[in-house]
Amino acid sequence: MAIVKNDSVIEQEWITVDAEGDLPASDENLIVPLARFKEERDSLLGRNGGLGVQLNPGDAPEDLADDLDRLSIITVNFPAYTDGRGYSYGRVLRERMGFTGELRAVGDVLRDQILYMHRCGFDAYDLKVEGEVALNKVRAALKEMSVYYQPTGDGRVTAQSLRERRRAALQ
Amino acid sequence: MYRYDDFDRQLVHERTEQFREQVKRRLAGDITEEQFRPLRLMNGVYLQLHAYMLRVAVPYGTLRADQLRQLGMIARVYDKGYGHFTTRQNIQYNWPKLDEIPDALLDLAKVEMHAIQTSGNCIRNTTTDQYAGAAADEIEDPRPYCELIRQWSTFHPEFTYLPRKFKIAVTGSPNDRAAVKVHDIGLRMHQNDAGETGFEVMVGGGLGRTPFVGKTIREFIGKNDLFSYLEAILRVYNRFGRRDNKYKARIKILVHEEGIDKIRELVEEEWAQIKDGSLRVDDAEIAHYIEQFAPPAFETLSDDDADFERHKSENRRFANWVRSNVIEHKQPGYAIANVSLKPIGGIPGDATDTQMELVADLSEKYSFGDVRVTHEQNLVLPHVKKADLFAVWSELDKADLGTANLGYVTDIISCPGLDYCALATARSIPLSQRISERFGDLDRQHDIGELKIKISGCINACGHHHVGHIGILGLDKRGKEFYQITLGGDASQDASIGKIAGAGFSEAEVVDAIESLVTKYIDIRESGERFIDTYRRVGMDPFKEVLYGDR
Amino acid sequence: MSLQVVTANRLEDGLVVFLTSDGNWSENINDARIADGKEAADALLAEASAPELDIVIVGPYLIDVEQQGADIVPTKYREVLRTKGPSVREDLGYQAV
Ligand code: SF4
Repeated sequence: MAIVKNDSVIEQEWITVDAEGDLPASDENLIVPLARFKEERDSLLGRNGGLGVQLNPGDAPEDLADDLDRLSIITVNFPAYTDGRGYSYGRVLRERMGFTGELRAVGDVLRDQILYMHRCGFDAYDLKVEGEVALNKVRAALKEMSVYYQPTGDGRVTAQSLRERRRAALQ
Repeated sequence: MYRYDDFDRQLVHERTEQFREQVKRRLAGDITEEQFRPLRLMNGVYLQLHAYMLRVAVPYGTLRADQLRQLGMIARVYDKGYGHFTTRQNIQYNWPKLDEIPDALLDLAKVEMHAIQTSGNCIRNTTTDQYAGAAADEIEDPRPYCELIRQWSTFHPEFTYLPRKFKIAVTGSPNDRAAVKVHDIGLRMHQNDAGETGFEVMVGGGLGRTPFVGKTIREFIGKNDLFSYLEAILRVYNRFGRRDNKYKARIKILVHEEGIDKIRELVEEEWAQIKDGSLRVDDAEIAHYIEQFAPPAFETLSDDDADFERHKSENRRFANWVRSNVIEHKQPGYAIANVSLKPIGGIPGDATDTQMELVADLSEKYSFGDVRVTHEQNLVLPHVKKADLFAVWSELDKADLGTANLGYVTDIISCPGLDYCALATARSIPLSQRISERFGDLDRQHDIGELKIKISGCINACGHHHVGHIGILGLDKRGKEFYQITLGGDASQDASIGKIAGAGFSEAEVVDAIESLVTKYIDIRESGERFIDTYRRVGMDPFKEVLYGDR
Repeated sequence: MSLQVVTANRLEDGLVVFLTSDGNWSENINDARIADGKEAADALLAEASAPELDIVIVGPYLIDVEQQGADIVPTKYREVLRTKGPSVREDLGYQAV
């Protein structure tokens, strides 16, 4: 149970609440499921603590279009690693909607998926293992490959652009 | 042909090392089978009936001589001296040991080959026309686009955990030899009214449990926009494809349930937002890839060769082979030579180590080192001088590779079936062997003409039975193998899904059943009609009658 | 009366193996320990599914068998093939001796 972000283990500062039930005190930092956010938007935005939203498979990140700058974190739930919808949500949030807050992968987050998540805009990973182990897994995963074919919003240079640079240099 | 540069090589190398580590972790007990399974599958390693199976990718069915030679070496060193070419233009080895597979992959990497994209719910290896770059009827060589698709789809970070596997096929010719209409995405090259070359895009084709012919989602997409358009389709599929039921997870079901118009709307909406982004490929880059697949250094020859004609008139077996297996080339004086992996009574698609090495040698000597794998489980020497055909055939013939049966009733597609496959419900290879033996006589085969028999050992339809002119599906009925016959399927540009003729047949009955269908066709065909043409003219009833009488 | 044995594939080379009386894994089905009845079969499968065996074999499961003279023979053709090898390559697999 450790969250890795920016090459370090970070504290859990957020309380994730369910779709229903009472909310904690007003100054707690809350993450609410998208459905609840849509229903109770105004009262949630009126609270004192920080606010984040959790996307579950089937949700539309587009629903957050008007509120992105009010959210400090969005978590994307991968209930099973095989459910890859969250990768698309990540790219839509970052590359299309311009979300700049923390984008955290939660759920069945495993070492072998972390590089793909990073490439799709995630910057935090909630792993089911303890501190050092989690950190080492993320580090290893992020450097396992060094060649990338697809341009995504993660800023990694693609093989194609390296080829172009090389060709330009040779001319 | 495309040569890997250091980036491509680096990627394959890193992947190979990564898998070596994963195998090590598994054998040491650091990861469980449950954790390892998806990792091995992503490297083409299945566990089959008798042993592991390694599926090696042959991107768009194109091989160089050194690669095919290496495939032969792998068969000898890591397997039992043979490999099986599949309907996905790949090759499978049936007996590799897990602890040796990392070494086999390293040997593959040395010739720029790998097992990436041969399994898992990702975008699989792209397939295309086996005659690409050689066919007289092609608009343009599709392989530069296939290579660009290969790169775009390899380890795509967003599309590695799709609802289900995803297959793309491309044809550069109006005569579709790549079965593009029965793929998740089919691309057909053509020219629009403005005279530009681009692609018709079809989605939602596929075989398996619920077969569909793909539907056109866009009449024309320009080359520069192809990749952003593919990405738009994949994103829509990744977000909205069903994940609640594995049998309803392919894009064909999404297209079927939502309707092609709705899917088109979603895709166009998505595409509008990304089309001017970084996936737009400019003309210079396309030109760079076209250059990589530039035609080899053909000699300027007359289209007629006196020796070739003489050999044909002197050697009847050679003439027969030319008649069925040699196809017109776009360059005068050259021909496309098909190497049949369907000897009479043999195992469709199997080739031994020495056969692979021989074809590699012949391609080096006579075909610019170029070999192709077809989805019909044969090999091709795409650029042979007519003057060399006799020498090529003589060598092939000595190695049992000179069977003159391309497109004939004995050129049967057959999946491995219950003899190898863990998912099978019945055997398919023995049936193909019995049918092949029954129709072994060459004159008879020639008289019957083009007739495509395709056999699958279970409903997954790897043997493409739905698109066989005669399709055979092996099933299990109370512990006994039995076979269901479909008629009227077609994988070409006139694609159609075959219809079930009626109740299934026992193993003993099915060869007779096929023969009675063929006899009926011969009786009622009109001049120039292939089996499929006759079927289309007369329908199911006359054939049903010979199968079942009044039953 | 239904007789069953446990089969699996060996981790290292993937070959077909059977759980024997002494808790080992044999390539020969005639070495297999036979469970007679559901209770014995469940116990056999439980033994084969022990986590520590995950490093020895893959995917253990029960199959129905018959005793034919000295031989144990699976009742399903699929399993018969697994004890022999591909029917189209009699030179390969356990049938090739
Ligand atoms: S069709 Fe069935 S039996 Fe044949 S290879 Fe595919 S999964 Fe195996």
